[in-house]
Order: sequence, then C-alpha cells, then structure tokens
Amino acid sequence: MSYEPKFLSAGDRGLTVELGDSVNEATNAKVVALDNALSAQAIPGVVEMVPTYRSLLIMFDPLLISKEALRQRVLSCWPPDAAAASRYRRWTIPVLYGGEAGEDLEYVASVHGLSADEVVRLHAGAEYRVYMIGFAPGFAYLGGLPERIHTSRRLEPRMRTPASSISIGGEQAAVWPPIEIPSGWHLLGRTPVKTYDPLRREPFLLAAGDRVVFAPISAQEFTTLSAAADGGDPVATAEMVDA
Amino acid sequence: MLDHLTVVEPGMQSTVQDLGRFGLQRYGISAAGPIDPLSMRIANALVGNALDEAVVELTLSGGSYRVEAEHCRLAVAGADMPLTIDGARAESYRAHDLPRGSVVSIGFARKSMRAYLAVAGGFTIEPVLGSRSTHLRSHLGGLDGRALKAGDALPLRRPGIAGRPLTLREQNRPVFTGPVRVLLGPQDEAFTPAGIETFLSSVYTVTSKTDRMGCQLDGPPIEHRNGFNIISDGIVNGSIQVPGSGTPIVLLADRQSTGGYPKIATVVSADLARIGQARIGEPIRFEAVSEEEAARSAVAWNEVLERTIAMIEPVGLAELSTETLMSLNLIGGVVSAQAPSSDEGSSTEAPT
Repeated sequence: MSYEPKFLSAGDRGLTVELGDSVNEATNAKVVALDNALSAQAIPGVVEMVPTYRSLLIMFDPLLISKEALRQRVLSCWPPDAAAASRYRRWTIPVLYGGEAGEDLEYVASVHGLSADEVVRLHAGAEYRVYMIGFAPGFAYLGGLPERIHTSRRLEPRMRTPASSISIGGEQAAVWPPIEIPSGWHLLGRTPVKTYDPLRREPFLLAAGDRVVFAPISAQEFTTLSAAADGGDPVATAEMVDA
Repeated sequence: MLDHLTVVEPGMQSTVQDLGRFGLQRYGISAAGPIDPLSMRIANALVGNALDEAVVELTLSGGSYRVEAEHCRLAVAGADMPLTIDGARAESYRAHDLPRGSVVSIGFARKSMRAYLAVAGGFTIEPVLGSRSTHLRSHLGGLDGRALKAGDALPLRRPGIAGRPLTLREQNRPVFTGPVRVLLGPQDEAFTPAGIETFLSSVYTVTSKTDRMGCQLDGPPIEHRNGFNIISDGIVNGSIQVPGSGTPIVLLADRQSTGGYPKIATVVSADLARIGQARIGEPIRFEAVSEEEAARSAVAWNEVLERTIAMIEPVGLAELSTETLMSLNLIGGVVSAQAPSSDEGSSTEAPT
C-alpha cells in the first residue's frame, strides 16, 4: 500500500516528512530508505536528518536551500525503496538478567504468570528492530517485543535508573545508554555494552534500521565484558544480514 | 602552567560554546551551541576572532576570571551584565587588553539572561565529536561536559593583542521587539481551533523552569483535540511542545532529540534568542507568520548579523589606556595602519 509523503512544517529550518500513520516495521523501513537516499545525495544546505518511527526530520539552512526545493528533492526519490534497505546489521547484545541488574524481572514474571526464566527466554528469544535512537544519546527504541510480555509502564517513573539497563515499556523494548536517566519502564537486566561512548572510535553503535538480539550472560561474564568495554572495546558484535 | 584564564568564580551557569555539534541528533544528541548566536558572534568579532570560535556563555551572572598570561584581549557581549576590571567599571561590547593578573568580574544581568565572553585567539579546548560546545544533558564537550566551576583553567590558544581594540557602539547594537514569530506545525492539527486561538492571542510568561534545554511558559492552557500523545518524532531548536498541562514549552539548544508531545508551532530562528534571553516573569506573545515570511526572516536576520559585524570599529584613540598604547607601540606601526574607518560616526544603517 502506498502512502503519499505528508510534509509538516518544523520552522524555517526544519521539514518533517511523515511516511505513515502508525508504528510498524514497513513504515520505519521506508523512513530509513528515505534517510539513506537523501544522505547519499549530500544535498547542499541539509544540516542533518533525524529518522524516527514513521517520519524523517530534515534540518536545513534556509540561506542555502529553500523548503520548496527540499520538498522537490524528497519527491524526486519517492517512493523510498524499502527493499534497498533489506540488508541490515544484526547486533548481539550480552545481558545480565535479573537480580540487582534487572530489579523488575520478578515483577514482570508475576504480572504474566510466568517464571523469571521464561521471561528471559522470551525476551532473549526475539529479534528486535531499532526504530529510532532518541531521548538521550544512544538510547535505542526497539520494536518486536513478544506480546506475551507486553507490560504497562510503572505508575510512578523512577527518577534515576541504572546506566545501560535493558528494559521494556508497553509493547516496546529498549537498550539504555551508559547514562542514568529517569524512566517508567521495567528493568529486566543490564548490558556491559555502551551504546554511546564519546571517547571510543565508534562513539555510537546502534542506528535506526539495525536489528538486535540479546544473549544472556553470567555475572562473571558481565564483569569481564564491562572491564573490556571501559577500555574501549564495543563488546557487542554486529553481522550483516540479507533479508 | 600554560597561558590561561582562571575561573575565580563561575557565575550562575557558564559553559563553553561554539556554534554547535551537528549531525548527531540521529544518535540522540541535539546540537547545543549558543542560546543567542548573534551576541556570541559579536563577542568573537570584537576580539578579532572567526565568528564560530568557542566562547563562554554566561547566564544571569557572569562570574570572575583572572588572566594568567602576558596579555589577554577579551570582550563581553549580550545581556547587560556590569563589567569591572580590577574593580574599575568597564564597558561591554568593547575589547579590553588585560595584563597578567587582571581580574575581570561580570555581575548580575540588569536585562536579559545570557552574555558571551570571548578572548582573542580562542581557547585551547579539544573538540568532542566535532565541537567544543558543552551539552549539559549529555555531559559532553567544553570542560568535561559541565558548567565552569571555581578553579577551572581555560587555556588560551594565542594570548596577546594586536591592533586597536574594537567596539560596537550602543546605537549599532540590534534590538528586537514585537511578538515572537512562529510557524504553526508540525502538529498544529493536534489542537482545537480554540486551542490555536488561545496560543496566538494570550500573553505567556517565562517561569523559573528555563534553561538551555527549554523554556517553560505559564499562561492560559492550550486545548488539545484528542489527547496529548503523538508517535515520537524529531525536535528542532524552537519547537513549542504542549504537554498535558496545556502550557507551552519552547525547546532550545540542549533539547531532547525526540519527543512524544504534540508541537503546536516552531519559533522562527531569527526570534529564537529572544526566548532564551527572556527573564523569569517576562511576557511573551506569539504571532503566526507564513512560510514566505519565515523564510524572509531568516534572510533578514543574516543581513542584520552582517551589518552589525561590519559596524564594529576601532575604539577612539582618546579612549585607549596608556597600557594599550604602550603595547601597541611595542608591536610597532599598528596604530597608523588602524586609522578610524571613513564611516565612523555614521549610524544611518542601524539595524532594527
């Protein structure tokens, strides 16, 4: 089903292109494809772009390109070829589940009448799509959480949550950056992976359109990998996958 | 220790800022950069720097700084903060040549919120992810990603003075008045016509919740059409989001990169500094403009910038301190090469 681009004004330096009206993989794939297509053109005057669930924000310098010219550039690569983005990166993210690392694991299990192990099996048994990075540096919003463990957010958000938490909220999942942030999501575990490290050669690991799988690890492995991560090792691996 | 400025007292919130860090909002980091980019550029021009050189952004009160170098040329522009050099009153919008041990103190702003301290040659601060700008929310850039504190050293790259110091006379400084211009969208459809009317016809006031991330306003609540959750999307500098409370928040340089509250409008970039410069309790009115008017306002802003920079001129010889004259003579030949420009005294091109 085709969807005409909906152009929304984001000020004299911003143009938002909406590619769909709901959160789904196909729409997000088009967002990523449009982002790729426009990035490849390196359009003079485009300052940066922000891909999100179902839209692409284009920030531009109005002294270098007009909003109308920018609209025409978007239309010239319409419809975005989502199939072109079918080659993707799949990250394996190690996770220490439960205990102090994931203090809501037992709660989530009890809400769904499951054991903690079953929640871990479900969470670590799925492949997730990175819909977008937002809110905080390297904060990855993931789609693909098994319905069996969809869990309403906490009534009261925590003012601080541990850095690098692995969490779920509603039908979404997330990988936290190594920053303590306020959140109402449920904490299932922690990863030694720093999705964001400004001093590392690759400061950011995850990007919109990537896939993520989780691999349970022991407390001892967590300690070893954390030390490696502190030394600049990404400790997450990525493979290229053809859909 | 290398040549530097010592932070004797940091002021309320002082951060190192260049024009910002672009290209990383897709990874969750907004650009940061100066809240008032025009004043920031003026400060740089006054000390002969490239306009994008890193400066210190001062908030409400500026703090005090001691020169730990043979000479340092320095200027402050922006909010009207009283300036003293070794206890003697000194002018803003003018470069000052300071010998080793001088202390410049920048007091509480009489008007507006933010001023910019620039030094000739700039600061030797390593860029992080492509910029020297401090992003407080991400603990990134500037000095360890934080505001300045007492005892910090701001290393000077090329301390020294050359040529007559420059000034921007008061009648040549741009003044912006009238309603703050906005473009409706991207989610104006999330509000009822009455809600839009409330937004455009009411007077909002700046609350104490105003910082580099955003400016929370108080005033009549704006009516949403159907709840206040949207599918999260990207946020620009100047986005006005309206959460469930119905009172608007203008998001600024250190804003969150994405968000799930509907955004009723965006402040045009030419008027953005007025939000960030507004004091607690100050009234703000919004006026919707067309896409064409918004595009023209960006061009006009740039013309004001260029005109203002062009009106920066050497201070009159009579105003020069003996100290400066002596240093100029040491450099040799510079005084005659820097004769007053022919249009000195003319102010017919004063920007509005």
